[in-house]
Amino acid sequence: MIVCITARAAGTEAPVEQRFGRAPYFVFVDTETGKSESVENPLVDAAGGVGPRAAQVLSEHGATVLITGQVGGNAARALGMGGIKAYAYRGSGSVADALVAYTAGNLQPIPLA
Amino acid sequence: MKIAIASGKGGTGKSTVAANLAYTIARSRDVVLVDCDVEEPNLHLFFPAPAVDVPVTTPVPEIDPDRCTLCGECGRFCRFGALAVVKDCVLTFPHLCHSCGGCTLVCPQGAIREVPRTIGRVACSRPLPRLVLVSGILNEGEVQAPAVIRAAKMFAEGHPLILYDASPGIACPVIETLEGSDFCLLVTESTPFGLHDLRLAVEVAETLGIPAGIVINRSDGEDAATVAFAQEHNLPILMTIPFSREIAAVQNRGGLIGRDLPGWEERFTDLFTGVSP
Repeated sequence: MIVCITARAAGTEAPVEQRFGRAPYFVFVDTETGKSESVENPLVDAAGGVGPRAAQVLSEHGATVLITGQVGGNAARALGMGGIKAYAYRGSGSVADALVAYTAGNLQPIPLA
Repeated sequence: MKIAIASGKGGTGKSTVAANLAYTIARSRDVVLVDCDVEEPNLHLFFPAPAVDVPVTTPVPEIDPDRCTLCGECGRFCRFGALAVVKDCVLTFPHLCHSCGGCTLVCPQGAIREVPRTIGRVACSRPLPRLVLVSGILNEGEVQAPAVIRAAKMFAEGHPLILYDASPGIACPVIETLEGSDFCLLVTESTPFGLHDLRLAVEVAETLGIPAGIVINRSDGEDAATVAFAQEHNLPILMTIPFSREIAAVQNRGGLIGRDLPGWEERFTDLFTGVSP
């Protein structure tokens, strides 16, 4: 399973970013192999409509779980239709910390359309 | 002749000037007044009359699922996020679409066609024998103000004398309104904020190559900074409307100072002469 965590920088030690569409980095972690890939988000400075576009980036990387702070309405619809489940991490920890919290079942699901 | 009324800053009195100028002109000749402030049109408040509504549509993408291979090109291309390809479906977000048509061009399968979607309407009325009012009205939550402005302006096209009442600011809707205008009346107020935004509006008119003149509204008599700015840019000050409770009272009940206060019809006639000698 591939989990995407929104981050402020590359790598699993980077702090989690609370915003979804305008997160500077998407860190994709394969929970079977433990391998991670950090993808710079080209939408950081986009004018609008970042939610659906970010959802497509996740879909293209095969992610089925998203860990972030919050998602907007358009993003929620795109994630929901794409079969990607979203979980809220509101702490100030790293990508690795968020993943531990998710694996332990401590994160609340974000309702999607 | 096409005269645009713009301002930069909001609330300076664009609609007051546009409505009174139109009323005054219509006393002696035919004129079309176009409300291009489509996000908050208000000229109908000065000229209540039964209107005919025509919907304004804009093209948005529709996907043919039989042809679509979910390649994702459309979603990667659209900078407004109006399309997204997720897992096994293409989602469209029509309210985010700017109708550029790019998705239909990049789709390698020819799976996207454009279908019309209503985003607003144009209301036409004839409140006075020699005045036609065309109001552009953008539906709430929509982003494509320029499309409705374009439609409203088209209704007036070909008429010898047209007034365009612009929205505040200097963004796309104002550019769309000024496009093709022969003159731009810039309404300002004698405040630092009024002058700041007047500067921006003058820059827009200069960039578009449209001759401009200034109307100072709600003047407290201390207009030195505005006057100096006008001289510096070689812009005529065509009218000064004082800060007056009497004027505000007429305005607030939806009245026209050119009709309801003595002396103002003449002043608006002079304003028109100043624009169109």
